[in-house]
Amino acid sequence: MSRDYDFAIVGAGPAGLAAATLAAELGLKSIVFDEQGAPGGQIYRAIEEVSGTRPGDGSILGKDYQYGLEPVRAFRRSGAEYAPGTSVWDIASDGALAVLREGKAWRVRAARVLLAAGAMERPVPFPGWTLPGVMGIGAAQALFKGAGLVPDGAVVLAGSGPLFTLFAVQLARAGVPVAALLMTAQKNNSWRALAHLPAALRAGDYLARGLSMMRELRRAGVPMISGVSNLSAVGDEGLKAVEYIAGGVRHSLQANLLLVHEGVVPNTQLAMAAGCNHCWDEPGRYWRTESDEWGDTGTGIIASAGDCSGIGGARAAEHAGRLAALDAAHRLGRLDAGERDRRAKRDLAARARHMRIRPFLDTLYPPPPWLRHPPDETLVCRCEEVTAGELRRVAAQGCPGPNQAKAFTRCGMGPCQGRMCGLAVAEIFAKAHGVPVSEIGYFRVRPPLKPITVGELAEVAL
Amino acid sequence: MFKRRHNHKAKSITVYLEGEKLAAREGESVAAALLAHGTGDFRRSVISGGPRAPYCMIGVCFECLVEIDGVANRQACLVPVREGMRISRQYGMREVAPEIVP
Repeated sequence: MSRDYDFAIVGAGPAGLAAATLAAELGLKSIVFDEQGAPGGQIYRAIEEVSGTRPGDGSILGKDYQYGLEPVRAFRRSGAEYAPGTSVWDIASDGALAVLREGKAWRVRAARVLLAAGAMERPVPFPGWTLPGVMGIGAAQALFKGAGLVPDGAVVLAGSGPLFTLFAVQLARAGVPVAALLMTAQKNNSWRALAHLPAALRAGDYLARGLSMMRELRRAGVPMISGVSNLSAVGDEGLKAVEYIAGGVRHSLQANLLLVHEGVVPNTQLAMAAGCNHCWDEPGRYWRTESDEWGDTGTGIIASAGDCSGIGGARAAEHAGRLAALDAAHRLGRLDAGERDRRAKRDLAARARHMRIRPFLDTLYPPPPWLRHPPDETLVCRCEEVTAGELRRVAAQGCPGPNQAKAFTRCGMGPCQGRMCGLAVAEIFAKAHGVPVSEIGYFRVRPPLKPITVGELAEVAL
Repeated sequence: MFKRRHNHKAKSITVYLEGEKLAAREGESVAAALLAHGTGDFRRSVISGGPRAPYCMIGVCFECLVEIDGVANRQACLVPVREGMRISRQYGMREVAPEIVP
């Protein structure tokens, strides 16, 4: 079989960029496919444009964002090919990619493939979450990075986790008023997280930065309400109010924008379609692509690096990308094992250091039980409008899990192909059947992974 | 829901939402342009007909599906604006183009 590239990478975030840059340096003919128009992934979205024309926005986004300019510049200089605005809509177990760009579809073959699809915000169903005016915090941050848009009107933030705090700080810096921060972390989480504090303290300055962000919020006088549960969004054509329970009392807040965040989870759609093994990560409560220290998935030519293999954050992903590039060069005969191992030492150690914060964060900010098990009337599958109650009803009738739920209810069969409901469906079935989520499994993911017209499909040479 | 924070240097671009002129900025997505314009719903659910708008802005949720230059089901959060682009909301289910169905 002819190969178009030595190394094909999907995703231009920290892992993909670092992998491509190093691979090109090692002499591999490399290409990066990216759905966005410019490199950076979600974390460094629009970093070149922001640095060039909106430096004020860059200061608001902060140093961790601005850090991204250097890896993006290194990638641009590297000689690796870049395919922006390009979606991968199918991947075979032999690594053959089917891609789509501006109405043109084609196949690409590479000797080694790296999936660096990153993370997405954990979708958490609650009553009213389909109303216009309810979005992810990451979505609002993407609008700020990509287009300089800021929330306007009566804005409420709800959730927990590093991005929740970071975005609240960024809004305060931008002078955007926030009606309330509804903090959903349960109070006893802090005690449990203490066990992981010693490791977290050796992870770099993550804790110090978290504490400094909390101080910045307090100084800015942003109203913070802790111990929030039973969130719901109320409205008809759009959001009108946010309801929640705090201190045992039901509250209602007028709002036209509710931004929600309960951490991030691996984006596994591609790896699942490729037939890679996935395992349930109990502390993180998500599925991740199984891979070894080099990112190899054990399926032949496909590797996986960065957050899609388990949430570790941007800096850990960068090292994981470099490790995958070293291994690709070794497998393609450009580096012997000794040289690969020698060069890998620094990245292995640095990645391990960045990962030390994760057990602490996973214990401090798990998705709260009331969000994992929403009330019966909640739409879990947004596309096909299947409620939590309907899923519980079919589970009681003997439906064993997500794949059978498709036949029972059409759950997970809409345009998002289960990306938004998959985790929630698994949690609901696990509870209904009294088994761990790992035994419930996930939707079987099938191509096309992205909308493609019959005309585009017909053009692809098989 | 959203407003532009400032007038940055990006070139201004004109797009059309169901015939209505919208000022967009070069480099931004169709979804960003519509949200900056104050668009509430991008489409109607194919099941209940309820209003929907972007949720994730990163190509995952498929709530921002709109028709762009005659092509249905485009992800507005992933497609950059282009001069003269014609955008329509999607009301309910897509129909197979009448000219190819006898």
